Amino acid sequence: MATNYETHEYDVLVIGAGGAGLRAAIEASAAGVKVGLICKSLLGKAHTVMAEGGMAAAMGNVDDRDSWKVHFADTMRGGQYVNNWRMAELHAKEAPARVHELEAWGAVFDRTKEGKISQRNFGGHRYPRLAHVGDRTGLELIRTLQDHGIHQGITVHMEYTVVSLLKESGRVVGAFGYDRERARFRVFKAKAVVVCTGGLGRAYAVTSNSWEGTGDGVSLAYHAGAELLDMEFIQFHPTGMIWPPSVKGILVTESVRGEGGVLRNKDGKRFMYDDIPDNYKSQTSTDPEEGWRYTQNDKEAKRPPELLTRDHVARCIMREVKAGRGSPHGGVFLDISWIKEKIPNHAEHIKKKIPSMYHQFMQLANLDITKEPMEIGPTTHYAMGGIRVDGDTQATNVPGLFAAGECAAGLHGANRLGGNSLSDLLVFGKRAGEYAAKFAKENSLVAPSEAEIEAAYREAVEPFERPAGAQNEGPYQVQYDLQNMMQANVGIVRLQNEMELALDVIGKLKARAAKVSVQGHREYNPGWHTAIDLKHLLTVAEAITMASLDRKESRGGHFREDFPEKHPDGGKYNNVISKSTDGSMKLRREAIPAMREDLKQVIEEMK
Amino acid sequence: MNKTVTFRIWRGNSQGGEFVNYTTEITEGLVVLDVVHKIQATQANDIACRWNCKAGKCGSCSAEVNGVPKLMCMTRMDTLNTDKVITVEPMRAFPLIRDLVTDVSWNFRVKTKIKKFKPRPADAPDGTWRMQQEDVDRVQEFRKCIECFLCQDVCHVLRDHHKHDEFIGPRFLAYTAALEMHPLDTEDRLPELKQAQGIGLCNIGKCCTNVCPEHIAITDNAIIPLKERVVDEFYDPLAWIWKKIRPKG
Ligand code: SF4
Ligand code: SF4
Ligand code: FES
Repeated sequence: MATNYETHEYDVLVIGAGGAGLRAAIEASAAGVKVGLICKSLLGKAHTVMAEGGMAAAMGNVDDRDSWKVHFADTMRGGQYVNNWRMAELHAKEAPARVHELEAWGAVFDRTKEGKISQRNFGGHRYPRLAHVGDRTGLELIRTLQDHGIHQGITVHMEYTVVSLLKESGRVVGAFGYDRERARFRVFKAKAVVVCTGGLGRAYAVTSNSWEGTGDGVSLAYHAGAELLDMEFIQFHPTGMIWPPSVKGILVTESVRGEGGVLRNKDGKRFMYDDIPDNYKSQTSTDPEEGWRYTQNDKEAKRPPELLTRDHVARCIMREVKAGRGSPHGGVFLDISWIKEKIPNHAEHIKKKIPSMYHQFMQLANLDITKEPMEIGPTTHYAMGGIRVDGDTQATNVPGLFAAGECAAGLHGANRLGGNSLSDLLVFGKRAGEYAAKFAKENSLVAPSEAEIEAAYREAVEPFERPAGAQNEGPYQVQYDLQNMMQANVGIVRLQNEMELALDVIGKLKARAAKVSVQGHREYNPGWHTAIDLKHLLTVAEAITMASLDRKESRGGHFREDFPEKHPDGGKYNNVISKSTDGSMKLRREAIPAMREDLKQVIEEMK
Repeated sequence: MNKTVTFRIWRGNSQGGEFVNYTTEITEGLVVLDVVHKIQATQANDIACRWNCKAGKCGSCSAEVNGVPKLMCMTRMDTLNTDKVITVEPMRAFPLIRDLVTDVSWNFRVKTKIKKFKPRPADAPDGTWRMQQEDVDRVQEFRKCIECFLCQDVCHVLRDHHKHDEFIGPRFLAYTAALEMHPLDTEDRLPELKQAQGIGLCNIGKCCTNVCPEHIAITDNAIIPLKERVVDEFYDPLAWIWKKIRPKG
């Protein structure tokens, strides 16, 4: 062995400490097993803090017509019916209990007049359904889980990076990584591993994701033999900041529209009225006055078209920009200040309802949203696709490996509804923790072989051993080139020849990534971390491109300019990606299992 | 539009270090963190700095900019005098790991010693509670905390007197206040506050409040009411117990 390493042993090892990872760790430790939790950053900093709007749960506190059935039907409609219907069912049924449990752990949600947890309107949800805390719900969720979790006997490893999963006889038996602070290598032996690493937005140039969102878990699982599902479905959130350049991509919460914000082009026109999809016509208002009443919780009113699903709103914005009707910096206008016509003390009202948006624009763009419209445009936000899991247990096809949260796939189908992510983290984080603990109790610890560990070690240190120079560049340029290429060729509007080019470029970038060199010490060296993340970014970029090329239709987050319509067969299959024995990536289509009769009926009833 | 600026950045580790000057061009609308990243990408790949959200929401990028504790991602360049050299250094109240990154693990250890939330039995048969918005407003103020630890950095009890073993600092006084003022909570954390957690060491100078990026009124709304409760309990324990068990909201 070329290096010394420290060894840690757990029953369940959870990789990733956002909402899903924390919830999984809490559940596993509550089941009485020994749990280790790896965070890429400090505890409580994960991307979950950025979730603003709320968590969807059909509690019916604001509108008692809501029920799990409506939530289920909304989720399936939003996902264009390629969702894993079992996950959509479990999610709709279990979300209320997960929210109540957070309250029992100290979360302080906004209240209704009766003193219950308040719920707000959001795109694609028929009734007010999102439990929230102003516009910082994600922070409340992660802090509540963190503050509860630290008393549960979980061992937390902060600022650790996992380089690869370790396998033995076809089973995942641990992970290899290092701590960033001292750069000591670590071998984690575990009976079960749960991957909860979140998103992959960093494969694109414009994204709401932090530096952590490099698709680590998806890539780690893929290289360990797990199947990936629906990688073509990426959500481009319609409203990201676009000006000034340094903030490009940062999210502007959908609650701005939920509270009455409207979208306008440069001519001041509310262009969302121009294109309302057929399957939403019955629920969407064509009268601005009625739309406003909807945002003010008038139960009789229908929603304004600004609150249609994210995929649709993002494409309408792109259409305006392409037609030359965009804002000065290449987006459109989002205006909440107009509500001064409706509400006497509108500035105070806005600051109370969406305080962090007020501060975000004030501090970063020097713009007062109570007085002026914001300039916004689409930003890469969320991966609907990811690791393929069993709906009940969150187990992957590799024994001992589980996944939950954004890095897992299935619940959201082709498009995720806002608010369904935080509830996803809780519902399936809990399930992953529960079943990983069960697996750990039924299986014994297996030591990974020294050869596996040695191979992982070699991969990690190689960037230091290549001399800097003409043929060995640093990691940043390769990363930028990948991000710009994906943005241009596999972004919000996709075309066959552009994506073929993308696959070709990814091949070349892989060759460059295999030669990057890193300088300096290993301790807390961001250049090194970037070099290691490159492999993950390239893996997910290739999977996204391959799946997008194969799906010759437009559906949800996947829009093909050359195939702009839905294909009747498109709703019948999922794309499954896996690693072949020769190391290349392969794709196959798999039929979606027939939906249970009772669920079919629910969908019919809710049409 | 483009302008040249010089950043004086602390480079070093627990063994020692020095300021190093980096000169770079900036464009409109940048924040301090952008400039550090630019230097990292082009001149010094290995500068260590923490960040995640770049939107003032995660509290990772704390540092001292021209001597003032700040979030680097929320400090716009046009709020600084770019004609002069701009100094960026790590928080000084915590041990240095490398460059701009400090060892803040003490904060995480402190938190585990504060007694966890303990709710009263549910109000409704379905296991849920009832609370009015006005009863949770104050607690929500404290729960806005992003754990940037800038208040800990500026507090003289920690920064100058290094009483990390006797004092939990403003962040955790606010955290304790959030628990104590939570309408559902039934735990009593006042004995520890007075002793092991050292609330008496705070002289309510408000430095912490002044640096808080979330504008939490740490001293007025958290520390002073807690100090009053501690005094109340000390002199009149029955009055305190009565307050605690009286149904709230
Ligand atoms: S008011 Fe108290 S806690 Fe705040 S900085 Fe001053 S001494 Fe520290
Ligand atoms: S109270 Fe304010 S300054 Fe202190 S850690 Fe929290 S957000 Fe930061
Ligand atoms: S990077 Fe999150 S607060 Fe600055």
